[in-house]
Amino acid sequence: MLEISNLTHTYGSGPGSHHALGGVDLSVAEGELVCIVGPSGCGKSTLLRSVAGLLRPGGGEVLFNGAPVAGTPKDLAVVFQDYSRSLFPWMSVADNVSLPLRRKGLDRPRREEAALEALTQVGLEEAGAKYPWQLSGGMQQRVAIARALAYRPALLLMDEPFGSVDAQTREDLEDLTLRVRGHHAMTILLITHDIDESVYVGDRVVVLSGAPATVVGDLRVDLPEPREQIATREHPGFVRLRAEVGRLVRGPRPAAQHPTPETV
Amino acid sequence: MNPAKPPSKRPGWLWPVPVALAGWELATRAAGDLSFPPPTTIFSRMREMWLSGPADRLWLTDAALTDIPASVGRLLAGWALAGLVGTTLGIALGRSPLLSRFLGPLVHFARAVPPPLLLPFFMALFAIGARMQINVILFGVVWPILINSAEGARHVDPLHLETAAAFGLSRGQRLLRVVLPSALPKVFAGLRLSLSLALILMVISELVGSVDGIGFQLLDAQRSYDLPGVWGTIVLLGLLGCAFNAAFLAAERRILSWHRAANQTT
Repeated sequence: MLEISNLTHTYGSGPGSHHALGGVDLSVAEGELVCIVGPSGCGKSTLLRSVAGLLRPGGGEVLFNGAPVAGTPKDLAVVFQDYSRSLFPWMSVADNVSLPLRRKGLDRPRREEAALEALTQVGLEEAGAKYPWQLSGGMQQRVAIARALAYRPALLLMDEPFGSVDAQTREDLEDLTLRVRGHHAMTILLITHDIDESVYVGDRVVVLSGAPATVVGDLRVDLPEPREQIATREHPGFVRLRAEVGRLVRGPRPAAQHPTPETV
Repeated sequence: MNPAKPPSKRPGWLWPVPVALAGWELATRAAGDLSFPPPTTIFSRMREMWLSGPADRLWLTDAALTDIPASVGRLLAGWALAGLVGTTLGIALGRSPLLSRFLGPLVHFARAVPPPLLLPFFMALFAIGARMQINVILFGVVWPILINSAEGARHVDPLHLETAAAFGLSRGQRLLRVVLPSALPKVFAGLRLSLSLALILMVISELVGSVDGIGFQLLDAQRSYDLPGVWGTIVLLGLLGCAFNAAFLAAERRILSWHRAANQTT
């Protein structure tokens, strides 16, 4: 459903330019949950923004359901890392969730119904009338997830979605993501810098190199379902995969832990 | 939500008012200068001018029922029009760097012209009357609203805009539901500045070219050497200014409650 071929992008030009993507090839099948990991600053977000149509890549092609991405595709929703700046503080939680549904041409009662259903799925059915800033960080991110779910996208993009919450909330949100994808026929592309997380939630883990990013690893995660925070993480397969992903993220040389433009 | 109120919000903060009034009374009585009548004289003259009518009209006199509504009406009309024009143009300037580059210098020039200087021009253009006064107020007070709205619209959180883009909100929805609410705190700051400016321009426009209104009454009192009347009109203008400001702040608190609360918690 998603075909990315030889995607490149450079920010700026001249000596101050930053070569973020160095030819990324990736294809994602319908219904997959693909995690993308890589060292920080390697261009993961650039990749996601290209898929979302928020950024025009310098070169290469992104095909979404066979059609090249120009502008934001209709069947796509995004969950950003910074929930407090991605939710609108002047709207109630329910209004935040139902706002994108206007694009689908739903009338008001049906928008409200869909918003309530999505909020129920993330366990926030009571919070519709509240404002985002009246909720904790984890709850705000659940609202952002509900907003994406209500939209019923074919492809859900998540950009470091659990990067700004505490460890306990993070685990809850990971399980929430696994639970809701069971209810919807969605393909999910989740970006993270957390190796454990990528192995825990993903069907597939794609490892990017430091900038300019290329795909250096593509591993299938064959852990028993359903995943469970304690049991899955002590499964021998989990331990083996996270070591493998860890080595790929670090790169072939031990010194390449903090890759600089000169070393690549 | 509302812990210990700041000292200025407690009812007790009003105590300097009677003290100042008593001091004023004593000083003017001691001086005995006709140009400085004591407040008791001013207040009884105010009562005479505006509150000595029949009981079935709440004691309001003809002057209170014609001059004050005429002035307030023109003030609010000019201010509301300025709000509409200023917010619309300001948001357009804030969102379009091109427009801002072309019109920015013009705006700064127009803003630098002291608004009372526009009076002769508008008197020639519209002749004396409400139309002229409303236009003077409109052109005098639109600038703070315009410049603040542009500032607010220019600094919308990029992630808000990106979210709106990612969910495919149309241009109109983006403007109405993302840009406008983001800019609203700044718009209100501009509106508040403009409201006090509008009161000043209302009086000035009535002093120069009017046949009714509070400014005209002030001029009338001065021409007939009615000094308590002059003072009374000044006090009335002060009270009107306070009332407008209080009403505006109450509206702002209601409309921007999300802004205050969101900034307290984050």
